[in-house]
Amino acid sequence: MISDLFSVTVLIGILASGIRLSTPYLYAAIGETFGQKSGVLNLGVEGQMLLGAFAAFYVALTTGNLWLGVLAAMIVGALMGLAMAYVTVNLHAQQGISGIGFYLFGLGMSDLLFQKLMGTVETVKGFPEIYFPGLSDIPGIGKIFFSQNILVYGAYLLVPLAWFVLNKTTLGLKIRSVGENPDAADSLGVSVARIRYFTIILGGTLSGVAGASMSIALLNVFQQNMTSGLGFIAVALVYFGAWHPVGVLGGALLFSLINSLQLWIQVLGIPIPSDIAVMMPYVVTILVLVATVSRVRAPSALTKPFERGD
Amino acid sequence: MQSRLNSLIDALLPVLATLAALLVGAVMLIFLKVNPIVAYKALWDGAFGSSNAFAETLVKATPLLLVGLGICISFRGDVINIGGEGQMIIGAVFATWVGLTLTGLPGWLTITLSMLAGFLGGAIWGGIPGVLKAYFSVNEILSTVMMNAIAVQLMNFLLRGPMIDPEQALKASQIPQTARLEEIFRLPRLVPTRLHLGALIAVILAVLVYILLWRTTLGYRIRAVGQNPHASRYAGIKVQRYIVLALLLSGAFAGLAGATQVFGVNYRMITDGSSSGFTGSAGFNGIVAALFGGLHPILTIPASILFGALLVGANKMQRVVQVPSALITALNGLVVVFVVSSEILRKRRQQRREAVAKRENDSSPPPSGSGDKQLNQAEAGS
Repeated sequence: MISDLFSVTVLIGILASGIRLSTPYLYAAIGETFGQKSGVLNLGVEGQMLLGAFAAFYVALTTGNLWLGVLAAMIVGALMGLAMAYVTVNLHAQQGISGIGFYLFGLGMSDLLFQKLMGTVETVKGFPEIYFPGLSDIPGIGKIFFSQNILVYGAYLLVPLAWFVLNKTTLGLKIRSVGENPDAADSLGVSVARIRYFTIILGGTLSGVAGASMSIALLNVFQQNMTSGLGFIAVALVYFGAWHPVGVLGGALLFSLINSLQLWIQVLGIPIPSDIAVMMPYVVTILVLVATVSRVRAPSALTKPFERGD
Repeated sequence: MQSRLNSLIDALLPVLATLAALLVGAVMLIFLKVNPIVAYKALWDGAFGSSNAFAETLVKATPLLLVGLGICISFRGDVINIGGEGQMIIGAVFATWVGLTLTGLPGWLTITLSMLAGFLGGAIWGGIPGVLKAYFSVNEILSTVMMNAIAVQLMNFLLRGPMIDPEQALKASQIPQTARLEEIFRLPRLVPTRLHLGALIAVILAVLVYILLWRTTLGYRIRAVGQNPHASRYAGIKVQRYIVLALLLSGAFAGLAGATQVFGVNYRMITDGSSSGFTGSAGFNGIVAALFGGLHPILTIPASILFGALLVGANKMQRVVQVPSALITALNGLVVVFVVSSEILRKRRQQRREAVAKRENDSSPPPSGSGDKQLNQAEAGS
C-alpha cells in the first residue's frame, strides 16, 4: 500500500517536472516551425538560446526585474534572428552552415560575456510557481497543471496560437505559400523576403525566450554551454512534429518526460545506467523520423534561397 | 591570365572573411578595454612564437584536418555531415578498445589495427545517417546531430562502466576514464615536442582524398551526385549508394581524428560528460576549416593550421590579457558566417564572367565554370 502511494507521488512528480522541462523545447521549436514553414532552416537556435539565457540572467541579476530579463532575451534573440535573416535572405548563404556559424558565435559570446561580466556562477530567484486558489490544491492535477511558473503557461498558450496563426490567418497563408512555392507567392505580390525576415526574427525572439526560460525560470543559474544541445533537439522536434505545432508539442513532451523520468530514476537510485536513459529520446526521435518522413513532406522551398526570375 | 586572376580573388575571399572576423574581434576587445594589438600579438606568439608553440598548433590542427577531409568528401556530395563530434567519439572508443585489448601484439601492429578500428567506428557512426538519408529520406543534419548526442551518452556509459580504468573502479572517486595506453602502443612523436605521427598521417591522407575526389570514379560519382542527383540518376549512377558512401567516408575520417587524439595526445579516454570535453569541438571546427579551404583537401591543410593556431593562441591570449578564449569560439562562428556569405560574391562574379564571355564570342564553345571543368576532367579520367 505504501509503495502504491509512493509510486503515485513519483508519477505526479515525473509529470509535473516533465511539463516544466518542456518549456524551452516548446518556445524554440515553435519559433523554428515558423521559420521552416517559410522555407528557412535556422540551425543557430542553440546559439540564440545561449545568448538569450545569458541576457535574461544578467539583466535579471543586475536589475532585479525578471520581466526586463525576458525582454533582454527577446531583443538579443531578435537581433541574432535579424543577422541570420540578412545572411540567408539577402546573401543566399547556405542555411545549415551559416546556422552552425551562429551557433558557434552564440556559444563563444555567451561564455565570453559570462566570464567578463560575472566570472562566477550566481543564482537568481526565478519566476515563482503560480498558486491558483482551489485549483492548485486538487490532489495530483493541481501539482501537475496548476503549480507551474508563468513561462510554462506562456509556452503552452503559444501552441494553439501558433496553430491558429499558421492555419487560419492571411499571414499564415503567406508564410506557408512562401515556404511551398515562393515563385507563385511572389507573382501574387507577397514579399518573400519580408515574410522570411518576419519568421526568422520571430524564431530568434522565441529562442531567446527559450533561453530565458532556462536561466531565470527552470534552473535559475547561468553556466557556459548550459543548453548542451537542447537547441539542436528543438530543430529536430520540428521535423518530428511534421511542421505542426501540436506535433511539436508531442515531441517536446516526449523528450521532457523521458528526461524527467531519468532524473527520478537517479533520485530514487534505481540501478539503470542514467546515460542509457538519457540516450533514449534521441534514439526514439531517429526511429520516429524514419517512420514518419515517408508520410510527411517538408515545405518544398526549405533551405532554398529565393531569387526572383530564375 | 584573366581567369587565373579571378580564381586568385576567389581563393582570397575566405582570407578576407577571416580578416573581417578579426576586425570584429578587435572591436569587441576594445569594448572589453583590452588593447587589440597586444591581444593579437599574444595570440600570434602563443601559436607560432616557439617551436613548442608551433608544434602545439600542429597538434591542434591534426583533428581539424582529419575531420575537414571527411567534410570535403561529404559536402562535395551535397551531404551535410554535422556529426563529426559523435563520429570522433565512436572512432576513439573503437580504437581505444583495440589498443587496450590487443596488448600481445607488436606495437606497430596494434597501433595500425587501432587506427583502422577508429576509421571503422567513425564509418559506422557516419554510415547509419547515410543509410537513413539514402533509403528513408531522413534529413542527415538532424540524424547526425542525434547521433552526436547518442555517442556522448554511449561514451559516458562505457567510461563509467565496461571500459573504466580498473584502478578507478576500485576507488571511491570512480573518475570516468579508461586505463592508459602502454607506451609502445602510442603514436610516436616526430620531433622532441608533442607533435605526433598523426599529423603526418593526416597530411598524407589529404593528398589521398584529393586523388580520391578528382582522380577516381568513386570520387567523380560522389561529386556528380552532389552537383546534380537527377542527372546522375539518369546517367545510371546509383545515387543512394553514393550518398551512403559520402557520409560513411566522412564519418571514417572523423573517427580517425578521434583515434589519433587518444593515441597521439591523451593516451586514454576521459569524459567530463560533454562531447566537447573529449573532442575540443574539433567535430564542428573541422567543418569551419574545410569550408575555409573551399572544400579542397589540400587547401584544408593550411586552413586547419590557421584554426589550430587560433585555438592554441587563444590560451596564451587568455593568460596575457585575461580575455577568455571563448572569444575565439565566437570569432570562429563569425568566420563561418562570413565565408558562406561571401559565396554570393563568387557566384555573382562567375555569372558576370559567363555573361561577358557569351556576349563576346558566341561561335566558340561555351566557357565552363571551374566546377564543370573539373567534372569533365574527372569524367575523362574515369
